[in-house]
Amino acid sequence: MITWRGFLNRFLSDPVAIGAGIVLLLLVLMAVFAPLLAPQNPYDLMQLDIMDSEMPPSWMPGGDDRFLLGTDAQGRGVLSTIMYGTGISLLIGIGAVVVQGILGVTLGLIAGYKGGWIDAFLMRLADIQMSLSTLMIAIIALALFQAAFDANVYADYAIIMLILIIGIAEWPKFARTVRSSVLGEKNKEYVDAARVIGLPARKVMWKHILPNTLTPVLVISTIQVAEAIMTEAALSFLGLGMPVDRPSLGSLIRSGFEFIFSGQYWITLYPALVLIALVLALNLLGDWLRDVLNPKLRRGDD
Amino acid sequence: MHIIAFLIRRALQAVIVMFVISLIGFSIQGNLGDPLRELVGQSVSEAERQALRDEIGLNDPFFVQYARFLGAALQGDLGTSYFFKRPALDVIMDKFPATFELVLGATIIFLSLSIPGGIYCAINREKWIAKTIMTGSIIGISVPVFLTAIFLVWIFGVELQWLPAFGRGETYEMPWGWETGFLTRDGLAHLLLPSIALSSIMLPLFIRLIRAEMMEAMGTDYVRFAKAKGLSTARVRYVHAFRNTLLPVVTVGGLMIGTLIAYTILTETVFQWPGMGFLFLEAVNRVDTPLIIAYIIVVGLIFVVVNTIVDFVYTLINPMVKLPGAKS
Amino acid sequence: MAMLEIHDLRVAFPRGKKDEVEALRGIDLTLEKGERIGIVGESGAGKSMLAFAILNLIAEPGRVSQGTIKFHGENLLDMSERKIRTIRGNRISMIFQDPMVTLNPVLTIGTQMIETLKAHQRISTREAHQRCVDKLKLVAIPSAESRMDAYPHELSGGLRQRVVIAIALLTDPEIIIADEPTTALDVTIQAEIIALILKLCRDNDLALILITHDLGVVAEVTERLMIMYAGKCVETGRTRDIIAAPKHPYAAGLLKALPQNAQRGSKLYQIPGSMPPITALPSGCPYHPRCARADDGCRAAMPPLENGVACFHPLNENAEASI
Repeated sequence: MITWRGFLNRFLSDPVAIGAGIVLLLLVLMAVFAPLLAPQNPYDLMQLDIMDSEMPPSWMPGGDDRFLLGTDAQGRGVLSTIMYGTGISLLIGIGAVVVQGILGVTLGLIAGYKGGWIDAFLMRLADIQMSLSTLMIAIIALALFQAAFDANVYADYAIIMLILIIGIAEWPKFARTVRSSVLGEKNKEYVDAARVIGLPARKVMWKHILPNTLTPVLVISTIQVAEAIMTEAALSFLGLGMPVDRPSLGSLIRSGFEFIFSGQYWITLYPALVLIALVLALNLLGDWLRDVLNPKLRRGDD
Repeated sequence: MHIIAFLIRRALQAVIVMFVISLIGFSIQGNLGDPLRELVGQSVSEAERQALRDEIGLNDPFFVQYARFLGAALQGDLGTSYFFKRPALDVIMDKFPATFELVLGATIIFLSLSIPGGIYCAINREKWIAKTIMTGSIIGISVPVFLTAIFLVWIFGVELQWLPAFGRGETYEMPWGWETGFLTRDGLAHLLLPSIALSSIMLPLFIRLIRAEMMEAMGTDYVRFAKAKGLSTARVRYVHAFRNTLLPVVTVGGLMIGTLIAYTILTETVFQWPGMGFLFLEAVNRVDTPLIIAYIIVVGLIFVVVNTIVDFVYTLINPMVKLPGAKS
Repeated sequence: MAMLEIHDLRVAFPRGKKDEVEALRGIDLTLEKGERIGIVGESGAGKSMLAFAILNLIAEPGRVSQGTIKFHGENLLDMSERKIRTIRGNRISMIFQDPMVTLNPVLTIGTQMIETLKAHQRISTREAHQRCVDKLKLVAIPSAESRMDAYPHELSGGLRQRVVIAIALLTDPEIIIADEPTTALDVTIQAEIIALILKLCRDNDLALILITHDLGVVAEVTERLMIMYAGKCVETGRTRDIIAAPKHPYAAGLLKALPQNAQRGSKLYQIPGSMPPITALPSGCPYHPRCARADDGCRAAMPPLENGVACFHPLNENAEASI
């Protein structure tokens, strides 16, 4: 293990980690304070004017000082939609990872601690689900959900559905990580001691084993948030995620895509850059965390 | 592990997966849209509707209906597309070559770049080219496929106008009805951007995987022993070390099939590539239930078949799994 | 001139950006044709480092920082990679510690043997195959012919080590370096493998460098002995003499720790403490923190190797009790 001071020193001596941390912090602050910072509220139809639509960024000919990064087809300022959209992307990303974490840690603990057929069954299920891929499962589930319900109903539940589906589809990553660290801890003396003094299995798992599995969980969480944000963006881009009137970064890119051909690239480009910056910062931090906390975990093995 | 036990387990798993998929397909059929409306329209009285429901078996018990669905599905009958008015399976299979060739093109690109790239980065860890490739790979992992696709369309299709960015272009029909884009100049030009886009996420993943596995192999005792035997550097690297990186690469490759199929939907959407994924999204928008079911079942089947092939290849290249009758 | 002459060999590893630490700190060694020498020490003493240095196979980022290794008068360290490959695995070959990981799991025994011959000789595959089978028979592998098609995992550990020995013998080398060849094997197999190596060396007039931490084995097989501690030679001489009367307190401690030298009913002797890592060596003699005979002189300066021992206070022949 590493002390907090050592952790901080490692962080401060790595320019890549500092850079990624700053970018992430700025994006999170921007999203959280979007209602205060954004020049416009893109959800408020009263503030929108169709006359403002498809304006280029303010420094280009035809640009308007009210819209730094230009406007989209509905006259929404691209900067404002990005600020709000980043928040929705982050909310879904973090929410999905919380669901993954709860499901995955619980099932991983059970599989690792109980062993036997429960373990075999859960791990086979994890194998199959992983090879079907999260995105494929999510696409089909959301396609069916969308086909089955009315568009308005769908729009109301889109955030919850995205969180649940991405969360459920990705539990195996956490479960496997937790399971392998449980197997590592299970036969150590302190666990034996807890069992010998007659603590029930549930208590041994939660109080004694779980804390020792948290480091790898923390490491993969960061990368999982990045993956969940990417998955959400892909789903929204396909029209299976967030609706156009409550756009995430993915749905912003979707709504701007067709305008690329007529030269209005800014509607797509700026949300795309923010999405890349967000995911890249999370991935770099995740890689850095893994190197510092647990050099044995490696991406690509799983 | 014994190969027969292995194959039986594999087959069993395939059957279970297909069973679950068929159940999903069946429950969609019963609940998504109204099959009667598609058959007779809405201007029919309630009594007539009930009679019709009885006639086509919609009031039968669940199990009977599922058995009927399964029986038909096994004979290749997955219903008739509401929109195309043709058997759903035929509609899907018409689009199969387009998707297959896209995946093939992408696979050729990412394998031919990631293997030399990964090996190079493992051997020349400290060189700036290797460091640049590794930095590039983490950026590559962080750019979603559909964004790569959009950027390619924008730069090479719209701004520079070097390459076509839509559809398959001119195709050549093989005697057995397969439309291929590989045999015409125009077809190949159309294939290039979508294939690059689809390979863009696999490439960095495989470079990192091959590099990591190759580095691990280069540090093993058997590679040291191979060096101590006085073998040439090339033989040590490519026969002793690289042979051992193939096993994990095949395993991960197998795990990536589902991801690759999912990404074809994204790529086909951006490039309006007339493949199965594009068709599927259209079917979702039109609530064309039989076509949705057909797509899910065909994709499930592809997944199961390819996975079985990958497992079989794995047993072939892994000497730890032996064919029965072989001496040991 | 001896067949192999090592002079002042130093191997260094980088520490941080500029600094280096030495894993081997000036080793001298000579080996005559057909001579068998043992190199003994605890793990981390630099024994394996010495073996790999002789074949010029020190793994990155380590490097030979100083010294010469002359084989028939030619310095192996100055040779081109191409030239050293005509010696490595051909005239000097090596047996590794753990046969479970020495052979490549995805190549057949035959492939791994034939490639060795073909790397050093112009020879047809058929002839190479026959030579390999002959060597497998020489190391007493049953049904040698059919083993050629087997994969390593189909063989037991003992058989695998015999295959490794057969590979080492393929090109009829002049020197074999055996790096703890029995450590990873079952006790019952260990004696067989040691007997085999000894027999092969005697029959073929082969020189042997046997690296081990087992003084019992050394006494059985070798004629000369070098005892290493923290990258340095602390005592060297005829095996028989050192076993009978060690001069360096460390050598004496190792001998006393042998189970067969223990008094029945008493506790097994153990040298107190452990060997320091090369990154944290004490001043003066590296053994002084564990040595009962150490004084301020030992803490201040490293004793030079004189008359086969590097110690300011060597034991005389009947002072064993006071180590």
